[in-house]
Amino acid sequence: MTATAPAVGTSGTDVRLSGISKRYGAFTAVHPLDLAIPGGSFFALLGASGCGKTTTLRMIAGLEAPSTGSIELGGQDVTALPPHKRPVNTVFQSYALFPHLDIYENVAFGLRRRGIKSVKKQVEEMLDLVQLGDFARRKPHQLSGGQQQRVALARALINHPQVLLLDEPLGALDLKLRRQMQLELKRIQTEVGITFVHVTHDQEEAMTMADTVAVMNGGRVEQLGAPADLYETPRTTFVANFLGTSNLITADVLGTSGDDILLRASDTKLTLPATRCTTDARAGGKLLVGIRPEKITLTHADDAGTIPDGRNRIAGRIADSSFIGVSTQYVVDSAVSAGLSVYEQNIERDSRLVPGAEVVLHWNPGHSFGLDAAQSLEAGTDAGEGT
Amino acid sequence: MSALRRLRRNFVVLAGLGTLAYLVLPNVIVTVFSFNKPNGRFNYEWQRFSTDAWTDPCGVADLCGSLSLSLRIAVWATIGATVLGTMIAFALARYRFRARSAVSTLIFLPMAMPEVVMAASLATLFLNMGISFGFWTILIAHVMFCLSFVVTAVKARVMSMDPRLEQAAQDLYATPLQTFLRVTLPIAAPGIAAGALLSFALSFDDFIITNFNAGSTVTFPMFVWGAAQRGTPVQINVIGTAMFAIAVLCVLVGQLVGRRKRRS
Amino acid sequence: MTTSTAPAPETPATPPAVARAARRRRRVPYWLLLPGILWLLVFFAAPLVYQASTSVQTGSLEEGFKVTWHFATYADALSEYYPQFLRSVAYAATATVLCLVLGYPLAYLIAFKAGRWRNLLMILVIAPFFTSFLIRTLAWKTILSDNGLVVSTLNSLHVLDVTGALGVTEGHRVLATPLAVVCGLTYNFLPFMILPLYTSLERIDPRLHEAAGDLYARPVTTFRKVTFPLSMPGVVAGTLLTFIPAAGDYINAELLGSTDQKMIGNVIQSQFLRVLDYPTAAALSFILMAAILAMVTVYIRKSGTEDLV
Repeated sequence: MTATAPAVGTSGTDVRLSGISKRYGAFTAVHPLDLAIPGGSFFALLGASGCGKTTTLRMIAGLEAPSTGSIELGGQDVTALPPHKRPVNTVFQSYALFPHLDIYENVAFGLRRRGIKSVKKQVEEMLDLVQLGDFARRKPHQLSGGQQQRVALARALINHPQVLLLDEPLGALDLKLRRQMQLELKRIQTEVGITFVHVTHDQEEAMTMADTVAVMNGGRVEQLGAPADLYETPRTTFVANFLGTSNLITADVLGTSGDDILLRASDTKLTLPATRCTTDARAGGKLLVGIRPEKITLTHADDAGTIPDGRNRIAGRIADSSFIGVSTQYVVDSAVSAGLSVYEQNIERDSRLVPGAEVVLHWNPGHSFGLDAAQSLEAGTDAGEGT
Repeated sequence: MSALRRLRRNFVVLAGLGTLAYLVLPNVIVTVFSFNKPNGRFNYEWQRFSTDAWTDPCGVADLCGSLSLSLRIAVWATIGATVLGTMIAFALARYRFRARSAVSTLIFLPMAMPEVVMAASLATLFLNMGISFGFWTILIAHVMFCLSFVVTAVKARVMSMDPRLEQAAQDLYATPLQTFLRVTLPIAAPGIAAGALLSFALSFDDFIITNFNAGSTVTFPMFVWGAAQRGTPVQINVIGTAMFAIAVLCVLVGQLVGRRKRRS
Repeated sequence: MTTSTAPAPETPATPPAVARAARRRRRVPYWLLLPGILWLLVFFAAPLVYQASTSVQTGSLEEGFKVTWHFATYADALSEYYPQFLRSVAYAATATVLCLVLGYPLAYLIAFKAGRWRNLLMILVIAPFFTSFLIRTLAWKTILSDNGLVVSTLNSLHVLDVTGALGVTEGHRVLATPLAVVCGLTYNFLPFMILPLYTSLERIDPRLHEAAGDLYARPVTTFRKVTFPLSMPGVVAGTLLTFIPAAGDYINAELLGSTDQKMIGNVIQSQFLRVLDYPTAAALSFILMAAILAMVTVYIRKSGTEDLV
């Protein structure tokens, strides 16, 4: 059993997936995938249900055998190792706490299986760390969801795994507790320095916690990067829609002027910095111009003259508005595109901005992004709601 | 009018308690008549109070012998059916394999077959094979018809078990054997216990299949059957009452222990 | 599409160790099934085949039996014993209906109204199981005896005159009449009706009753439109668990009835164990099995709960 015991205190083991895939009969859950997760990072696999993120996680854990490819942990090939011989631990979806064992024995389980005799000190320390010292002799069903979540975390962390895998660990918690646990998890990860691989369908959760996010869709990684990069510069419509909301406008490419691409949608001229376009922009071709709702400023048509030059502008009419608290969300119909959404901060509210009002939408061209027009505009729009 | 309305409102309670009385009445009679001192060979009519039978429960020839034989058969049949049935239940609940529906049908059929049919056909097999009837033929028959009930009980339990628990154990360094012993088995235990208990009760109480496959061997139900023809000793009622009392006591103790465990 | 998802033309194949483990895993269920299924094949399925062959044999105990494809045994058995067949079906069906009528209120009571008494009532339903059912059936001889309280009460109320006219009792007694046998059958198989009924009733969310009431259903309508349909799986399972063993039973007819109440089980038993006419016994069991399987199949189809198995 000694060979399986991970070295205590090892931190920041990197994970390398080379061409791993998973097929179930004719269905391909994960297409051949290369992924390098740097040691000590907080890595999130983000996607809707059925996108292959959990399968990928389970292949790292050894709970699923890959159809092709290999998995390396810290340079060691573990593809053929069964789960109990891998120096990784998992926090399962809905926790999978052993119902017949009390909290203490749940946490001690991994240590005992590795033949460690005196577990008392370690278990007590770990229970204190997650603030459950008083609950050692309770059974899992006597704890609240948040407490169970912390037991699951303690049960995995006590083994000092080289990599900690988290499968929707916060999915069963209510919103407030989830926010709290997100920060807690991030703190623990920084403290112990272990590589965390986190699977979630919640884009906010992924962006809050992870250093690097891989957005998965249909068994492939759509885009990989730091949360801010993914948000500001999505490369596909799926990522643009799945992470937050995007207005996507189909436009004809007129040509280039310096570093800018000149475009026309309906009768409106738009510009886009060439560096913010991830696809070829050829004159006569088409392009999708994306812009986040909060980057758009709304000005009443009567004040259109006050808008500074050099901004993209679209004329439209407010179709609907809803007051959210920190902001007001508007739906604006225009000749360019119906149903553009705009979020305005509630700082100085213009009382003329009511449904039916003629308005001009304008934004800094540097905030828009260009995408290949051959994609579905709707990709990823309702996937974010999926479980 | 209000009495009628009250009757109607409590109809379910009254009807339910009536059925319960119907269910329990024979047990009351069995208990009462265990203190009877009948005049003839049959213990069907009340004569006078006596504790003779209670002070000498084995006073009738062959009675306690048949009882111990029934207990022995029930224990072995329970062990056999529980082991074989649990294995099948795990295969059905946890694995995909060919001929799955054929296996399910084979498990279901003995439960959907009148006992007398199984009894006669198994006896035909033994006759044709020239196997002499006795302890072993009874045991074989009992394991056969208890098996399906164990499979059903255990399978239900294993199916309702979260497969992630076993994965969590493996993830926490448990070998497949350790996973089975430390996680799967303890969680499946209530289902296995239920199956075993049912097997024991079915085997101990079985008459029809035993009747065909016992030859001259006499189990307790066969003794009672014979007694119904030749004369029913009061000791039968004593055994019946004692069994009832022991069963109720076991259940009550089990409940008390369970409640204390929950409280602590 | 992105650098991270290379189509990887020369992806390494599954490592041999993984493949070997997978193959070993695929063999596990067969090893688990082997002993139990073998047991059922040898001691349950094979005997049925043996019996099928026995039913078309002729011969005598002294000279031995040979397969002569003598199908006339079936015709003879049917023509001679059809009254017992019909009686078995009639008694078993009556007992099943009575079990349902008697068992439903009790199951309902335990599931919805018992509160803290629930466990005690459950124990009282199950506990009789632990006293040998032959002893309990014999107790009915005492309860229904000619000089007993039940019979004298029924007599003084002239109930037995009515039942006598209907042909379910004879003279001023209950024992050795169809009533006694059906009463015994009902009693014996009642728990098999109550337990599945309780299981399916217990699963019903009591809030459904409130919702039905909220939507203008009277209690009776709530029962008819909500509770009963939801308890259908229990009703189907319960009726099957009652009808099948009751149809093949011969203990109640033997202990509580007379020669006029013999059921098909009695005939099979005496043909096999006393007359030693194995072909006839085999033919009769085969007819009984076929009849019950056919009825059960039709019943399950009709009630639309095929997921029982």
